[in-house]
Amino acid sequence: MQIRSPEFKENARTALKEEGLQRALGKLRAGFPEKRAIAVERMPEFHDLRDEARDLKNHILENLDIYLEQFESKVQESGGHVHWARTGDDANKIILDICKQVNAKTVTKGKSMVSEETNLNEYLEANGIQPVETDLGEYILQLREDHPSHIIAPAIHLNLSDVSEIFHEKHGKPKSDDPAVLMQEAREELRNKFVAADVGITGANFLVAETGSTIIVTNEGNGDLTQTLPKTHIVITSIEKVVPTLEDMTLFLRLLARSATGQEFTVYNTLSTGPRREGDADGPENFHVVLVDNGRSEMVGSEFHEMLRCIRCSACMNHCPVYGSVGGHAYGWVYPGPMGSVLTPKMIGIEKAGNLPNASTFCGKCEEVCPVRIPLPKLMRHWRNNEFEKHLSPKAVRWGLAGWGFFAKRPTLYRQLSTASNWFMRTLGGKKGRVKSLPMASGWTDFRDLPTPTDKTFMQQWNDKKEGKQ
Amino acid sequence: MSTTNTPVQVGLFVTCLVDMFRPTIGFATVKLLEQAGCTVEVPEQQTCCGQPAFNSGDRETTRDIAKQTIQAFDGYQYVVGPSGSCIGMLHYYADLFDDNDPWKARAEDLKARAFEITSFLVDVMKFDEVLATLEQQFDQKVTYHDSCSGLRQLGVKVQPRKLLDKVAGTELAEMTEAETCCGFGGTFCVKYPDISNRMVSNKTDFADETGAQTLLGGDLGCLMNIAGKLKREGKPLETRHVVEVLAGMTDTPAIAEAVYDLGKQA
Amino acid sequence: MSRAEILSNIRRGLGRGEASEAQRKAVFNRLNAKANNLIPKRSQLPHAEQVELFKSMAQEASAEIIELSSTADVPKTVTDWLQNNGIKELISSSDAELNELDWSPLGDIQRTQRVAMVGDMASITTSFAGIAETGTLMLHSRGESPTTLNFLPDVHLVVLKRSTIVGPYEDAWKKIRGTFGKSMPRTVNMITGPSRSADIEQTLQMGAHGPRTLVILLIND
Repeated sequence: MQIRSPEFKENARTALKEEGLQRALGKLRAGFPEKRAIAVERMPEFHDLRDEARDLKNHILENLDIYLEQFESKVQESGGHVHWARTGDDANKIILDICKQVNAKTVTKGKSMVSEETNLNEYLEANGIQPVETDLGEYILQLREDHPSHIIAPAIHLNLSDVSEIFHEKHGKPKSDDPAVLMQEAREELRNKFVAADVGITGANFLVAETGSTIIVTNEGNGDLTQTLPKTHIVITSIEKVVPTLEDMTLFLRLLARSATGQEFTVYNTLSTGPRREGDADGPENFHVVLVDNGRSEMVGSEFHEMLRCIRCSACMNHCPVYGSVGGHAYGWVYPGPMGSVLTPKMIGIEKAGNLPNASTFCGKCEEVCPVRIPLPKLMRHWRNNEFEKHLSPKAVRWGLAGWGFFAKRPTLYRQLSTASNWFMRTLGGKKGRVKSLPMASGWTDFRDLPTPTDKTFMQQWNDKKEGKQ
Repeated sequence: MSTTNTPVQVGLFVTCLVDMFRPTIGFATVKLLEQAGCTVEVPEQQTCCGQPAFNSGDRETTRDIAKQTIQAFDGYQYVVGPSGSCIGMLHYYADLFDDNDPWKARAEDLKARAFEITSFLVDVMKFDEVLATLEQQFDQKVTYHDSCSGLRQLGVKVQPRKLLDKVAGTELAEMTEAETCCGFGGTFCVKYPDISNRMVSNKTDFADETGAQTLLGGDLGCLMNIAGKLKREGKPLETRHVVEVLAGMTDTPAIAEAVYDLGKQA
Repeated sequence: MSRAEILSNIRRGLGRGEASEAQRKAVFNRLNAKANNLIPKRSQLPHAEQVELFKSMAQEASAEIIELSSTADVPKTVTDWLQNNGIKELISSSDAELNELDWSPLGDIQRTQRVAMVGDMASITTSFAGIAETGTLMLHSRGESPTTLNFLPDVHLVVLKRSTIVGPYEDAWKKIRGTFGKSMPRTVNMITGPSRSADIEQTLQMGAHGPRTLVILLIND
């Protein structure tokens, strides 16, 4: 997907004016958080589970190489293949090679954010292979040549009429405004594609080192059809998804659905271990797992290490007031919201993604709801430090900060400055107690009045009183 | 309330916004602390808590300011301020220094002594019981905005409500998403004004829906943001820091209100 | 070579070379222990209450539950259900448990044992376990029970024996290990209610790609 993160501010401004998007975001803000809150309420151990999940992820990361090697050997033992991809391009090439080996013409795809990272669809198409997205949201987006704006609800930015229009155009059927009819249309369209596909590509939510299994978590069942019907099943996934045992996977599953959609459990949690067994009447004959790095191994042991705990539940963006205002596309790349504001700079460069970790009030809601307790604001702050140290922050910010810092480090001068500023603001606001426009603070006064002081500074008055007393 | 006869010594951390924009909040804080049995001093060497530098990635300036603040409040039993966000910043100081840096221990020590005002009054001084005897009166329906740092970093949620509960005539009407950020975020509101505007608009809508006459909160930055938006939108709610109500200092016009409001006071 | 680079990057990040023997041993001990993490209290109940919990959780997830006193009642019940819904064909797994039943009540309804195909209206399978915690069914692939039966037809009928209901997921994993040893079946499905999606304007609709209806035939054995 084309990188549009550098234009974050313009993207955001546009997004704020899009009525349809704002309606959709309004629904999201009311929907997911409320459902999560109910699910959390019903599970008294929820926060203890979060502690355990955090600790377990930390343990996994400390031993990541061992668990990955163990996972690899178990996949091989069960007749599958493991491929390691340093970059997104490497992953795409590996997948194309597998597709070529089986003379694939079409591939079906379950939802995979890692494949969005690598631009897999574009790559396959350029090489003569037709990818078909099967997750309903992703399918709609593919028809519209659009991209996900949310990691678990990819088409959240669209309204009913958007879907209705594109289906009418692409399916050639009468227009309908009934979601049930539209879903039925997609179901019918995709049924034959599932059967006709030569290769099925899915992502994975977790990789189990004990058994060499990959697991997908879906509500639609599209991932299951994608991986069961074609002769070849390719799992594109990333290295931080490995967990030790089935019991460990279970710990994360208990947190995942509740944090994401507020469901008690997702409808389909499906484990795949190797290709079909002798005597099986269906299932893939070939099973490949592509382990993608794409910058993750460099995060190990770095100041962004804790980000590798992320289980991609989307709770952070569902609860983020900034995401809730501008939606996912404004962030300009695959991962939006707080988790994206930490990950994206690592993957596309802080030079391009600088706005993302800055566009946060550090309200801390994301950290409050994160199932693996990632200190997202702290990690965003690391990016700001990084930017400042590399002299990447805008000049106006740096100079403003330098000027302010000069005074803040000199209490006497600072006192004189605040006294003068207080006098200035007081004169400006007069008895109205506010100003409606102040050119040097237009960022503020364009949208709201600026309250002004009606009296001398606290320090002046305090000292006056003290002297009066003496 | 302190049970010993020696008064509790508090150094007031005024915060820059209160100093410059609304001294009343500072004096109300002092009054409440004194009512709670503390002696209050205001160290001259304090300036800003350092948040602008901290949140802009300037670690060096932040450290310098942290050291200055630590020194300014050396020797005080407690450090109290009328802002969850500025006191929260004091709590971050320890993260700025390496483990073997002697400043780290001093920063940890400051953290243990630094409290947001409502939390200090309730959690340390058990002042809510005393307040009940002071017969404070504020005949209004109010709503309360929970500012982020106070709420999530310092755990300030029940404390202001416990205190308001002891003020006669005050009815608290909770708003939808009371815990959602108002969009102030320090420099955020001028760096990303459009997004900030959407956030504060949501806040003023929710506040207005409650039918409250006054919105209260514990952080002047947020309150100036919300008051400024309410005024711009022409919504009738007034905005005040919670300590003004608790200390009975509501004679001064509310935030962003005119000194002479013919409808209310001559 | 990506593999070597990735692994060495990880090790560099962790500030070590290849893991020491002691560290590897600790990891393998942990893997072999297969210890439980915190298990929520919700499902730690006497078996009868676990069954009740299973029923209420499955129903909450929109599964339909029909209780029967014995598997012998399955053919008649299934026939009634299919007739009520105007379905004329039943694709069935070929488990002995189903094959040994007297299917004559089906009458005109065809019971076919094969993989599922596009257009199939209903399937019937057995199940490996029921998990009370969330009303979840556990099924696994094998010659007798192709995975497509669980996903392609519009209606999925599942026979679940009361005695196979466990409390938490962990008990189901222990059962899987007990049955299959170290080699997992190709596919293990955990199914909680029928297929659904809220991708169109955040409006929940049942029957996205998998079954629109999930019927659990609960045998009180």
